[in-house]
Amino acid sequence: MTIQLSYFLDNVDNFPQSELTFATLFSQKTKQMRIPQCRVQIRILTVFVFTTLCFLLGAPVDANAQDGKALFSANCASCHHPLKDGTGPALKGVDGRVPNQEWLYKWIKNSAAVIASGDKYAVNLYNEWNKTAMTAFPNLKNEEIDAIIAYVNSVEPKVASGGGGGDVADKSAGGGGDTWLYALLTIVLLLAAIILSQINKMLGKNANDKLGLPTKESIPFYRNKVYIALAAILCFIGIGVYLSKGGVNMGRQQGYMPEQPIYYSHKVHAGINKINCQYCHSAAEKSRHAMVPSTNVCMNCHKQINEYTGAEEHPLYTAEGKEVNGTAEIQKLYEYAGWNAEKKDYNRDAEGNILAKAIPWVKIHNLPDHVYFNHSVHVVSGKVACQQCHGNIEEMDEVKQSEELSMGWCINCHRETNVQFADNHYYSIFEKYHQEIKEGKRENVKVSDIGGLECQKCHY
Amino acid sequence: MSTKKYWRGIEEINPSEEYLAKVNKEFEESSDVPFADVESIENAPTTRRDFLKYLGFTTVAATLAASCEMPVRNALPYAIKPGDVTPGVPLHYASTFVDAGTAIPALVKVRDGRPIKIEGNTDSKLWEGTTDARMQASVLNLYDAARLQHPLIDGAKASWKKVDDKVKAGLSGNIYLVSSTVNSPSGNDIINKFVAATGAKHVQYDAVSYHGALEANKNSFGKRALPMYRFDAAKTIVSIGADFLGTWGSPSLNTKQYSKGRKVSKANPNMSKHIQFEGAMSLSGMNSDDRVVCRPSEYGAVASALLSALDGGSVNLGSDYLNKAIQAAANSLQAGSGLVVCGSNDVNIQTVVNAINSKIGAFGTTISTANTNNTKLGNDSDMMAFIEALNSGGVDTVIFHDCNPVYEHPMGEKIAVKLKSTKLTVSLNDRKDETAALCKVVAPTHHFLESWGDAESFSGYVSFIQPTISNLFNTRQWQESIMTWAGAEGTWYDYYQNYWQGKAGGQKAFDEAMQLGLWEAETMTMSGGASASAEAAVAAIAAMPKAGADAVELVLYEKVGLGHGGPWSNNPWLQEMPDPISKCTWDNYAIMSQTLAKKFGAEWTDLNEVEREKQVVSIQTKNGTIEMPVLVIPGMHDKVVGVALGYGRGEGVGMAANNGEVVTGVKVSQLAKATTTGISYHMMATIKGAGKTYPLAVTQTHHSYQERPILHEYTLAEFQKNPSHLADKREHELGHYTAANGVNHHGGHAEQNGNHAPAAEHDAHGVGKEHGHDHDDHGQTGGHGHAKKKHSDGADYTEDEDWQEAYRDNGTLYHMEEHPNPGLKWGMSIDLSTCTGCSACTIACQAENNVSVVGKERVLKVHDMHWIRIDRYFSGDVDDATSIQTVFQPMLCQHCDNAPCENVCPVNASNHSSEGINQMAYNRCIGTRYCANNCPYKVRRFNWRDFNGADSFVHNLYEDGRRDSINNNVTRMVLNPDVTVRSRGVMEKCSFCVQRLQGAKRDARKEGRVLKDGEAQTACQTACATGAITFGNVNDKTSEIYKVRHQEQKERVFYTLEEIHTLPNINYLSKIRNTDHVEGRADEHGHEEAEHGHDEKEHKTEKTHA
Repeated sequence: MTIQLSYFLDNVDNFPQSELTFATLFSQKTKQMRIPQCRVQIRILTVFVFTTLCFLLGAPVDANAQDGKALFSANCASCHHPLKDGTGPALKGVDGRVPNQEWLYKWIKNSAAVIASGDKYAVNLYNEWNKTAMTAFPNLKNEEIDAIIAYVNSVEPKVASGGGGGDVADKSAGGGGDTWLYALLTIVLLLAAIILSQINKMLGKNANDKLGLPTKESIPFYRNKVYIALAAILCFIGIGVYLSKGGVNMGRQQGYMPEQPIYYSHKVHAGINKINCQYCHSAAEKSRHAMVPSTNVCMNCHKQINEYTGAEEHPLYTAEGKEVNGTAEIQKLYEYAGWNAEKKDYNRDAEGNILAKAIPWVKIHNLPDHVYFNHSVHVVSGKVACQQCHGNIEEMDEVKQSEELSMGWCINCHRETNVQFADNHYYSIFEKYHQEIKEGKRENVKVSDIGGLECQKCHY
Repeated sequence: MSTKKYWRGIEEINPSEEYLAKVNKEFEESSDVPFADVESIENAPTTRRDFLKYLGFTTVAATLAASCEMPVRNALPYAIKPGDVTPGVPLHYASTFVDAGTAIPALVKVRDGRPIKIEGNTDSKLWEGTTDARMQASVLNLYDAARLQHPLIDGAKASWKKVDDKVKAGLSGNIYLVSSTVNSPSGNDIINKFVAATGAKHVQYDAVSYHGALEANKNSFGKRALPMYRFDAAKTIVSIGADFLGTWGSPSLNTKQYSKGRKVSKANPNMSKHIQFEGAMSLSGMNSDDRVVCRPSEYGAVASALLSALDGGSVNLGSDYLNKAIQAAANSLQAGSGLVVCGSNDVNIQTVVNAINSKIGAFGTTISTANTNNTKLGNDSDMMAFIEALNSGGVDTVIFHDCNPVYEHPMGEKIAVKLKSTKLTVSLNDRKDETAALCKVVAPTHHFLESWGDAESFSGYVSFIQPTISNLFNTRQWQESIMTWAGAEGTWYDYYQNYWQGKAGGQKAFDEAMQLGLWEAETMTMSGGASASAEAAVAAIAAMPKAGADAVELVLYEKVGLGHGGPWSNNPWLQEMPDPISKCTWDNYAIMSQTLAKKFGAEWTDLNEVEREKQVVSIQTKNGTIEMPVLVIPGMHDKVVGVALGYGRGEGVGMAANNGEVVTGVKVSQLAKATTTGISYHMMATIKGAGKTYPLAVTQTHHSYQERPILHEYTLAEFQKNPSHLADKREHELGHYTAANGVNHHGGHAEQNGNHAPAAEHDAHGVGKEHGHDHDDHGQTGGHGHAKKKHSDGADYTEDEDWQEAYRDNGTLYHMEEHPNPGLKWGMSIDLSTCTGCSACTIACQAENNVSVVGKERVLKVHDMHWIRIDRYFSGDVDDATSIQTVFQPMLCQHCDNAPCENVCPVNASNHSSEGINQMAYNRCIGTRYCANNCPYKVRRFNWRDFNGADSFVHNLYEDGRRDSINNNVTRMVLNPDVTVRSRGVMEKCSFCVQRLQGAKRDARKEGRVLKDGEAQTACQTACATGAITFGNVNDKTSEIYKVRHQEQKERVFYTLEEIHTLPNINYLSKIRNTDHVEGRADEHGHEEAEHGHDEKEHKTEKTHA
């Protein structure tokens, strides 16, 4: 197959001939989709083949870390980062640094008391961090502290090869690691099973020999018709699942998180600084497009805000794990906006027009051309929150597509969502439904009841 | 069912085998289906195994290659967003559509900076939002890639500065500014400044001359202009050769006014009477109540005779038929509120017509000389003087503005020769047309959608032009060029703003005027008082040479779509619009009657109507000989041949007009006779067969109903006598479906229904008397069990409940899927009486819905894509031109509630919405075309190719290069972003402009209010100048559509092919003709037996076909 492919692709200029394998083909995609979809697909296969073994092992892995993460976020995150020094030191490996575990419990529950006790390590630490006092957490139990420590120790720096970023990247990286673990375990167990069965066979043969009973001649497993049939069926199902999954997902980009021309953090703007979504996406209630704001909207604030001062509380990282200099990103905005930060004025041409360029943002949420989607009607009359379709955007530094934006996903919402039936006078023409509500035959009106599932609501 | 025999072409009168074979196929497809040619497959060198290998490999390879790349899409915001622009929300600008002198107030829809659709400006008191096909198509001209993209000097690209230097240096000696009619106040102002500064002479002429009428009017009432005709106020309209609904005067305004006098209802059973005297078939003739056939050379005699008849004198034209017709016209005119118009360009004939109008008191009642029509002001004498000067070397510099005399003037060739030797020639035209190609300097002007300007097409009614997009190319408005050359400083906009600020009184008033787009007189002045003496004119007419009895006359006419040519020749929408008269696309031809055509051989049989190849004739006149394919049009005078202007264009006009390799069509303007007293467009001709053929893409045989009766027509007298005749007839035929089929309770009718013969059985009783609502009568004679009327859900019908409900529930053999309409139910009504067939709706639909242009080759294969077509039905004797009557029926998806297309779709791509729309999900469609085959109305269109993206692969354009001018990134800017662009392999059809309905609903919902009637309008509805189309929510009992269907017009309502129980959501209103007889119908009063007989025959035919 590879040979045939290379023959075909020889004629396609885009593909360097020497690297023609399935992997390179898929990596064409990964270049743009920083989500390693090929790996997801391979994983599906791997996982499928070894399902029976894997799911037994899957559940208990970092249960502690999971709890610890919540505790860490609630109690520690405002001053500490697992990997970076913040208000307080980076916490990864803290249990190895401190004198002992007991010391750590005491320190966390009441650091001031430890310092006051004159503990050398504690005093040094206190001085090293500019005598910043750490909040006392007397209510934390030792097990909870263990969980937090387990979590911070589990956090790995984001690395370039990991692809992806944010939550999905974390998951996929973790998932990938697990897969190899599962595979190893499976191989070991399989070997064990084979050895055991061989032993069993041998023992059986010996027993038979002793008893003088004839032993059926053993057929090697690769010639055993049952195995062959089983393997064939498994292969068939596996490839079928792989192909149909691939087919269905063709054109879908869930998890898509492209690199943008400017590292714009929604978390900093919408999350930390709590800027209303529609301050920038102001067309969301007027138009089918929510509208990417023009650079002059950015400049409303950024004329004053010319540096990123939050690097300590919230350092910015790219999906590849590189740290981002927020101030430099603001400079990039100035480039596009034609803003001269020194003169505090725009660069203008002879006629006084501002020399601004549009920022070529990469569009993340793409619908096929044959789909008509209108933001305004969802936002205004549907009263749908932005997050319902775009995920927790205020938590994302780099935005990724959080939902699959498939037709099934749309339809499902139309089936489940109640329209604002009583409040919106538009619906007064649906006399039948009003009557049914009055008579108690009907509790609510779903979008699907007023034609929300019909083709030409979205396709025309 | 109407008893009248209607036919769309001669081939339908006595259908031949070939014809039936042709129309039985929905699409002509043999050449398109792969592997249709079995023999070549069998002999192919590639074996089946190889083929499968390649197929498998390519499929897998393509799948893998395709799935590996997702394109990166950018979202480019504005750098600095203008305050009033929201991406995705259209803005509407008031502007004006201009086409030479014609100007119609417009509302331009601008979506994300691109004008994509033009509507009429409903704020205008005069125009009331009227549009026509050319106005609808004008937005495509903006994106015409054939427009000049920069100025030219001696054919080479030049800068504006060089152009200005060159022109300024050359402005000396005898300077002429030649233009079409200029009625722009500011434009005239700048021309006057230019004339004053340079001593130039300004010559105006019209591509199609109105010189005769203008001169006559100057003599009669002292104004050299057409008066304003009030077709709405006229009770009798007599037109002598003037196609006032199609091309003459201001056709769209005429149509608007005309239609007001043609709306008939039970409450108001009156309408104007329209008598048309003409030789060639015209749109007005087709809409007339009585059409009188005479030669163009007889127009003068007809006018004189009419004047004489009004005087009480005798009428003797040597033809009883004409004498009678003139007497009848005179009688009708004498009844008051008459109006006579004449299309002749002869000053004497027009003088007589003025005398007639004066006699019948038309001036001041149906004609106003106060608000003159300034759309045609050209002066043929001036133009001839200019040509004379040019010939004698008396012209040093000539500037052409908005005119193309080399192409459109009869003396064009002479002008062309002399232009080469003239010192400085300048063209301001937007493309390198026939004149511009010969000019040393071309300074291309903006399209009107990029311009600032104004137009006073009727005195006192100014409308403003404001740009809706900044200029696409490096062009400059002609006014700015003229003012620069006159030596003025500044920009045209400043000048224009100053001009109107001065008149309006300040910036604020100026802004308001621009916003409204109008500056109109408060009230229309109806003044007249002309007393024209016509004695000399009558004498002059009498002295005109008479045509010999056998001599054939050639008439040069304008087509409704292309007009005289201009930029319209290169408009693919208009080129592909089936001409209302001939139903032909893309080409020019000679129209003549069957009798005349047969003289050139036996080839002109009904078969020739089916064959694409048409015989070519050579037409010889004094001024030259042309060859034209023949198209037989019933109703043509036997001695008259018509040929259209607007074809045979030069290379620089564009691909659709001329694809650069083949000159399509022949230029015919040189055949016209130019004299200093006016250009004459009809002349004697000798016609011979040329012994060859030429293919014409005619759509008249496409989408055939195969003789199923589909129309209802009444004379006004019949309607007045019994307005309910149609309603009664429908009830009589269908009202007995009081119980579900198979429930045998009405006298054995169930079996009959199964046998397709309910009407025949039904007619066996109760005919020959007024049927009324006399159910008991039926019950006794036919055993219709009206006592057992029941809804399908078991509820009893009450006696007076609508029989239509009963038919709806029970009239089908099959289980009908219920489509509840809890909220809205859209419905449309089309009035066949007011529809004039002008085809504005066809183009509006095309613009709104991204309907593809398919090209001539595809039209020949029945692959035309128009979502709304205008079916043209003739009736009468094909060999007797005087008997021909025409009805137009716009046909679009009927949005059947029991739709035959829906239940045959294997993938449910066609299905029904809860709002009564038959919806089409394009990307679900797999292209089986079952739906098209099962549609009784033949309204579904299949995309045989990727018509809008044909250029996505190089060299992938079509065999027909003319349509390809639409396949480029500039022209594609015209596409409506709210409507999917369909691609190959997908079925499509009218969607009721669902994007507009959704938009209106969305707005209402966002504002939390009920959708108002009239908020959601379809494109065809807004384009219709006659208001023939009503659209709205039928569930809303206060809506227009409900009122039309159930109150005001309920007597005239019918549904096409109602008896097959498709339950359309579009109804039609019967055609009412203000005449004594309806052609082809046996006298129906008291003779319903004839109807009965016909019906039975009809059923027999149907069975045979089945």
